[in-house]
Amino acid sequence: MAFIETVDLWQKRDDRDILRSVNLRIGRGEVFALIGPTGAGKTTLLRLINLLDRPSLGKILIDGADAAASEKARLEMRRRMAFVLQKPVVFNTSVYDNVAYGLRWRGVGKRKLAEKIESTLEMVGLAEYRKRNARTLSGGEVQRVAIARAIAVDPEVLLLDEPTANLDPVSASKIEDLITEIIKQNAITVIMATHDMSQGQRLADRISVLFDGKIVQTGGAREIFTSPRNVEIAEFVGVENIIDGVVVSNEGKMLTVDVGGTEIESVADFDVGEEVSVCIRPEDVTIALSKLSSSARNSLAGKVTRTAIDGPFCRVEVDCGFPLIALVTKKSAEELELKKGREIYATFKAVSIHVIKRH
Amino acid sequence: MEELWNGLVRAVQLIISLDPEVMQIAGRSLRIALTSTAIGSVICIPLSCLIHFNEFWGKRFIIVGIIQTLYSVPTVAIGLFVFVFISRAGPLGGLGILFTPTAIIIGQALLITPLLLGLTISALKGVDKTIPDTARSLGASGFQMAVLVIREARFAVMAAVILAFGRAISEVGISLMVGGNIRGFTRVLTTAISLETSKGDLELSLALGIILILIALIINIILNRVQQK
Repeated sequence: MAFIETVDLWQKRDDRDILRSVNLRIGRGEVFALIGPTGAGKTTLLRLINLLDRPSLGKILIDGADAAASEKARLEMRRRMAFVLQKPVVFNTSVYDNVAYGLRWRGVGKRKLAEKIESTLEMVGLAEYRKRNARTLSGGEVQRVAIARAIAVDPEVLLLDEPTANLDPVSASKIEDLITEIIKQNAITVIMATHDMSQGQRLADRISVLFDGKIVQTGGAREIFTSPRNVEIAEFVGVENIIDGVVVSNEGKMLTVDVGGTEIESVADFDVGEEVSVCIRPEDVTIALSKLSSSARNSLAGKVTRTAIDGPFCRVEVDCGFPLIALVTKKSAEELELKKGREIYATFKAVSIHVIKRH
Repeated sequence: MEELWNGLVRAVQLIISLDPEVMQIAGRSLRIALTSTAIGSVICIPLSCLIHFNEFWGKRFIIVGIIQTLYSVPTVAIGLFVFVFISRAGPLGGLGILFTPTAIIIGQALLITPLLLGLTISALKGVDKTIPDTARSLGASGFQMAVLVIREARFAVMAAVILAFGRAISEVGISLMVGGNIRGFTRVLTTAISLETSKGDLELSLALGIILILIALIINIILNRVQQK
């Protein structure tokens, strides 16, 4: 049985549909990510699951029980969860008291309270700050107080809304480590919203992609990354090469797609004549100076149109009848003397390509 | 001019020598105003929460149209209102509280109610909108959430209470009308000043006036302290 389930959930605000028929089933102990662009309805959905708001239509089941109950019953259900809001605010009191609130509200006794707060502060690395007023902390530290406040109550479900969105990269990666730690140590169900696809992939077991209030794809973290269902999702999850073409042959799922005169081979099942988009991840493209004889089915002649160094990597833009982006190491780019106008061969495997039907 | 100067000197002497009558009047004033402020606060702070945290038809009208308009209600109007209720022929005449400190306390509490409500509501409004949500998401009941929000707004709420105390101790209309300015019983700073001035005893009037101004000054200092936090 699903631990948290939403059934045909709609949320309307000012005649606008914020959520449209959202159906989710999240199992106990699962780490689930909602990804989607800003304004897709992720926060609205989390607020509904946390029972802060009531939906316009549809049902929420928590551990099998309908959440459309009395305020008292909803409070009992809410007390089994904790929600770290986007842009968290701390209460104007000490770090210690901030963490204490959730426990006091649940009537936890004095000794247990102190023990719990100390161990939680220890875990989030704020033990020395216990007496500091929480309002004087930095953004990353505030986020840690917010997480400490939430996990101190030993929630069965932890809801996180964009846990690293407003932080600098260093603080963000610390928070991510902390979340990983929490997931590892506790048998906790986590539902997190993020617009950062790679974060969703790093942390979650399963991902739902939310666009414009609707869930467009749900699947394993890797599945969504490698096999997005449509071009929109492909763009969102960071597929940079999305090339339109037409299927010219299909021999036992060995597909040949004509892309503006160039033929690309891939593994997929589409009918001849169907209009499709071919997704090629930049890191799957190999660049060589001569045509490679290898198992890779595609080796296209082309010309470098632009190179850009990005840390240890080099993004190489190639014109091989269509624009193609390849990601190679900076070192390789130097050794191959890649620069504008250089003639090269771009090679990629048929199995690394994902083909989507165009609509 | 010399009379005024002598009066001032005598007034300072009365204060420094802790003149029994002056001290008694000042003490009574403080006691009555503190009691009415305490009663007003106990009623108005929870009531402000009820108004602030609930949505209902006519909420804006109640806040802007009624509460804020009554900020400047004349003290004599409240005095008259209370008088009508507690005078022998009034609905509460049986209580026999006309011309007692209790009557003054009731009147002052009524006087500061709009001020306390209005300023507490705006103090609650000043709290970050995500605080109530954060509290509820961490498992607070409605009551626990309201207590937290008041705590977050504590300095602004305290400022409201201090201002209300200032209005209570400085009013004269209510004390005069329902207190009766009875010597040794309901005579407070403001009524004493008005009486002594009309009797021509400027020295006592000035001494009491100085004390009233000192109290105002102290209130102001505390208010400033609170608002700087």
